[in-house]
Amino acid sequence: MSTLEIKDLHVSIDTEQGKKPILKGVSLSINSGETHAIMGPNGSGKSTLASTIAGHPRYVVDSGSITLDGEDVLAMSVDKRARAGLFLAMQYPVEIPGVTVTNFLRTAKTAIDGEAPKLRTWTKDVKDAMAQLRIEPEFAARNVNEGFSGGEKKRHEILQLELFKPKFAILDETDSGLDVDALKVVSEGVMRANEDGTMGTLLITHYTRILRYIKPDFVHVFVDGNIAEQGGPELADRLEAEGYDRFLPAAAQA
Amino acid sequence: MTNAELTKETSAASNIRRIAGMDEEGEQLSEINPVSSPLGGAAAKSHSHGAGAGIPDSSRAGRLTSYQVADFPAITGREEDWRFTPLKRLRGLDRLALDGAAPTVEVLKPDAVTIETVGREDARIGSAGIPDDRVSAAAWGAFAEATVITVPANFDGRSEEQVTTVTLTGAGHAPAASHVFVHAKANSDAVVVLDHRGSAVVSENVEILVADGARLTVVSIQDWADGTTHASSQQMKIGRDAKLKHVVVNLGGDLVRINPSARFAGTGGDVEMYGLYFADAGQHFEQRIFVDHSVPNCKSRVTYKGALQGKDAHSVWVGDVLIRKEAEGTDTYEMNRNLILTQGARADSVPNLEIETGLIEGAGHASATGRFDDEQLFYLQARGIPEDVARRLVVRGFLNEIIQQIKVPALEERLRDAVEHELKAGSL
Ligand SMILES: Nc1ncnc2c1ncn2[C@@H]1O[C@H](COP(=O)(O)OP(=O)(O)OP(=O)(O)O)[C@@H](O)[C@H]1O
Ligand SMILES: [Mg+2]
Repeated sequence: MSTLEIKDLHVSIDTEQGKKPILKGVSLSINSGETHAIMGPNGSGKSTLASTIAGHPRYVVDSGSITLDGEDVLAMSVDKRARAGLFLAMQYPVEIPGVTVTNFLRTAKTAIDGEAPKLRTWTKDVKDAMAQLRIEPEFAARNVNEGFSGGEKKRHEILQLELFKPKFAILDETDSGLDVDALKVVSEGVMRANEDGTMGTLLITHYTRILRYIKPDFVHVFVDGNIAEQGGPELADRLEAEGYDRFLPAAAQA
Repeated sequence: MTNAELTKETSAASNIRRIAGMDEEGEQLSEINPVSSPLGGAAAKSHSHGAGAGIPDSSRAGRLTSYQVADFPAITGREEDWRFTPLKRLRGLDRLALDGAAPTVEVLKPDAVTIETVGREDARIGSAGIPDDRVSAAAWGAFAEATVITVPANFDGRSEEQVTTVTLTGAGHAPAASHVFVHAKANSDAVVVLDHRGSAVVSENVEILVADGARLTVVSIQDWADGTTHASSQQMKIGRDAKLKHVVVNLGGDLVRINPSARFAGTGGDVEMYGLYFADAGQHFEQRIFVDHSVPNCKSRVTYKGALQGKDAHSVWVGDVLIRKEAEGTDTYEMNRNLILTQGARADSVPNLEIETGLIEGAGHASATGRFDDEQLFYLQARGIPEDVARRLVVRGFLNEIIQQIKVPALEERLRDAVEHELKAGSL
């Protein structure tokens, strides 16, 4: 059993206008096998939390801690965090010129496992996973994310999730921009990644439709850099029906 | 923080001119620089055209060609042909007498291939090329002797032991002229490597004559020491049903300007032009390609890729493809891609396609400059890949498309090592 623990996390970014605080004391603990959904209005800091866990250099941690089974995640380099078992499916995956999907997947798998995967089984694993995610075989020879459509990028993120088998997966709006069929395909991919029920999942989303496939154990409402309310799956339905009005300061509701 | 500027196709920045029918301009273009002369065979060495008055500088058909340096006006830097070149760093190749010692020549070759050192009066000189800029003409007027490499007819030199390697080692910084002639006779099949090393300030003319039915690969490697200036006009004439693969590799030197131009002498000719460059801080690598389709049913492919790193690393790629009215059935595609690894580097990329007939198989071009930035690095690192591995992954993957075209394993290995070395040297 593993635990990813975030305690009283304060994060800011440096902007041209100076330092801008974004996360204001987030505390959240995720255990192996648990699925946590985070919902909240645009700009409330959800992606900031995800990127900070992954170690994006833009975000400055002012105070608080992130630990993985007691180990200080904030002291680790970005690549070390990934090797420790953290995976971030990005909201906006970037294009990598010059690197084919095949080459990228093999290099990443080798880095994460500390040894090269057995060629024959690896090739088959990749092929099978691509087929299940309805990714056309020719994507293997294309450059990472280059010219991929929005939905193709998301599928490529989940392909990696399935192949790298992390301890904790953070899915930042993986469902946004997917058509109904793709949503089902991608959700099934996430569930396959958690086949043995040991992956912890932090699912950032604006919509309850993905939660019909991936049942959350906990739902957190994120407002203005903090968790404003927590509950079970029923909270998600209520948010979808009512919106976030009741969490926002009165002035903003006008 | 760099922005996440990504690869974009820049067809808008390029230039396609379509000249329909024999309008006045089309007529005039072909007359000023006719297809048949001087590249049609017997070249008149004193041949010179007018100053190209009235012809737009931007059309390759109208460019002045001459063996006489005096026919070319002094370079100001405002010409289309010279606008990217830092003229100071030509170190006089455009103005001074090129009487310095030419690079020394060492050859490794199979028995059947012959090497000769010949005088200026040799009948072959000028049969495949004519200068089309002042620096090239200056070298033409100044070279003392030429190296002629001849691949005999029907020679089968595909295996790696059969590669001919000509090592041209720079003899210092006195401005010099150099001349190389590569002749692949009918139905031969061979690989010739021109390996430029050492320190030099040199203007070079390379003529490549590929006879009917021959298959030839020429690889020109510029692995010069720092401070070298090298201008090289490499003119190819491709016979009927002949195939030429031309590869330019620019790795070292202060200013390297390679102008490969391909012309066809018979139908069914095929040219593949590849280029790879890796420009470091302060280096200027320029490559100006010209493919002159003047014969029906010929094919050309141009694929150049470059990586740039460091302050004021500068690459220029200009790809001029001209499909003349008589070149029906032409099939051409040209592509340039650049990968900018650090801030302060600059890649200029200008494809120019001029089409004077609609009766072609295909004509296309692509040009794109991508940036390896912090967001890409983050993405790769977030997948467990350490930073140095991530950078190497990107650059190697990007350039490998060209390297693997060479098909000479030892040479491919050397270029892969050179790319690794460049990456290390850039302390990335
Ligand atoms: N580089 C930046 N410069 C300025 N502000 C930034 C920058 N990055 C993030 N922010 C700000 O930080 C806040 C939180 O952004 P974040 O992307 O974490 O929101 P989010 O909850 O993921 O929103 P969404 O639902 O739209 O994805 C926003 O106000 C955003 O404008
Ligand atoms: Mg977001």
